[in-house]
Amino acid sequence: MKKIETIIRKSKFDEVKDALHQIEVNFFSYWDVTGVGNEKQGHVYRGVSYSTSDIQRRFLSIVVSDPFVDRTVAAILKAAHTGIVGDGKIFVSDVIESYRIRTGEKGADALK
Amino acid sequence: MDTNAVLDLMWVVISGILVFFMQAGFTLVETGFTRSKNTGNIIMKNIMDFCIGSLSFWALGYALMYGDAVGTFGALIGKPALFFNNPTEMHSLFFQTVFAATSATIVSGAIAERTKFSTYLIFSLLMTLIIYPISGHWVWQSGGWLSKLGFIDFAGSTVVHSVGGWASLVAAIMVGPRIGKYVNGKSNAIPGHNLLIGSLGIFILWLGWFGFNAGSQLAISGDNANAVADIIITTNLAASAAAITAMFVTWYSYGKPDISMTLNGALAGLVAITAGCAAVSPAGSVIIGIIAGVVVVFSIDFIDKKLKIDDPVGAISVHGVTGALGTLLVGVFAKDGGLLYGGGFHQLGVQAIGVFSVAIWAIVASFIVLFILKKTMGLRVSREEEEDGLDKHEHDMSVYN
Repeated sequence: MKKIETIIRKSKFDEVKDALHQIEVNFFSYWDVTGVGNEKQGHVYRGVSYSTSDIQRRFLSIVVSDPFVDRTVAAILKAAHTGIVGDGKIFVSDVIESYRIRTGEKGADALK
Repeated sequence: MDTNAVLDLMWVVISGILVFFMQAGFTLVETGFTRSKNTGNIIMKNIMDFCIGSLSFWALGYALMYGDAVGTFGALIGKPALFFNNPTEMHSLFFQTVFAATSATIVSGAIAERTKFSTYLIFSLLMTLIIYPISGHWVWQSGGWLSKLGFIDFAGSTVVHSVGGWASLVAAIMVGPRIGKYVNGKSNAIPGHNLLIGSLGIFILWLGWFGFNAGSQLAISGDNANAVADIIITTNLAASAAAITAMFVTWYSYGKPDISMTLNGALAGLVAITAGCAAVSPAGSVIIGIIAGVVVVFSIDFIDKKLKIDDPVGAISVHGVTGALGTLLVGVFAKDGGLLYGGGFHQLGVQAIGVFSVAIWAIVASFIVLFILKKTMGLRVSREEEEDGLDKHEHDMSVYN
C-alpha cells in the first residue's frame, strides 16, 4: 500500500480526476492549499505594485494498493502536465495499514 | 397646507431617506477596502457616528448651522439654541442631519484599521456638534459670510465632502499609517478583503447621491420639478464620466483596469458635481467628471506614495481633493457667471476663497480636537491589537464565523 500525494494546478483538477476514474481509482481526498514556489506573481492594488510568491494549488491524497501505484502516478503525470513552471509535484510514501471503518476490513481489502 | 408645500416637504423627506442609506454605502466601501479582521469595528464606527450625529445635530449642531446670523459673530456662527423643536421645520432637521452624519462618517474610512474606537466616538461627536455646523453656517445660512460673498456650493462638495476630507487628512496623519504599510520608505499594498462588498457600497452611495444632490433643491413643485430632473442628470453624467476616466487612467498606468480605483472614480465624480449640479450644463458635468476621474487617481497615488499618508479607502482624495476641485470648477462651468460663459474670474475667485477658508477651518479645528484626544485618550490601538485585528480586542467578536 502506498500513499500518493500530489499538488496540482486547480485548473487541471477535473482532468486528473477523470484520469483517476479511468484507471479505477475512485476515492481520494483533496483540499485547496497555498504554497510558496518558484513562481512569482505580480499584482497591482490601487497603483501599488507588489509581487507574491503565494501560489494557490489543489492537494490530493490518494491511498492505493501496490498494483495501482505506477498507473496512478502515470495518470497524474499525464493529466496534470502543461509543461509550464508550476505544474506541481507527486510524492509516494508507504502506508503501514488501512482499515475500512464500516466493516473492519484491513489492508488492500479496505481500499477496494 | 397646500399641495405644493406637501409635495416639497415630501421630496425633502424622501431625499433625506436616500441620503440616510448612504451610511450603508460608506460602511460597505470601508469594510470591503480593508481587512476582514476589522470589519466589526468598521460596522460599529459607521452606525455609531450616525447615531451620535443624529443626537448632537438635533441637540445643538443644527442651531449653530442654521440659527439666525445675529450679533457680531452672526456671519460666522448661528445663534445657539438647544434641542431643536420647530414643528414646521422638522423635515429640514432630518435632511440636514443625514448630511452632517455623511461628513462625519467620511473620516472613518481614512483612519480605518488602527484607531481607538472610544476616541473615534468623541471625534465624531465634535465633528457633528461643532466642526461641520460652523463652516456649514458660512455657506448655507443666508447670513453666513461666504453665502453673502456669493459662494456657490449647491449640495455640499465643500460643506460636506471637503470638510470630511480635510478632517480625514489631519486624522490620517495624526493617527499614522497601519503597521506594515510603509516599510523602509516603500509603500506596500494591503488589499481589501471583499471588493464585492465595496462595489455594492459604491452603488448604494450612487443611489443615495440622487437624494443628496436633487434633494438639495429642497422643493419639487412647479418649476422645481425640471430643476430636480436636471440635477439628477448632471449628477449621473459626472459619476459615469469620472468612473470611465478613472478606469482608463488605471488601465494605461497600471496595465489593467483597476477595480477599486474605478469605484473611487465614480465617487470622485459624484463628489465633484455636488457643488455645481444645479449650475452647470450636462456637457459641463461630463467635463467636471472627467477632470475628477483623472485627478482622483493621481491624488490617491501622490498621497500614498509621495506624502506617505495611509488612507485605506482614498477618502482624502475622493472627498477632500475632488470636493475642493468640484467647487472650484463651478467658477469655470457655471452657466451663470462661470469663466467659460463669459463671467470672468469673479466667481472663480469667490469659489477659491470659500474652498480655502473652509479647508483651513476643517484642518485647524480637527487638529485641535485630535491633538487634545491624542494627549488624553490616545488615538491608536496597541500594536498587538492592530495585528490581531480590532474586532478581537475592541469588541471581542468576529464578524465571519
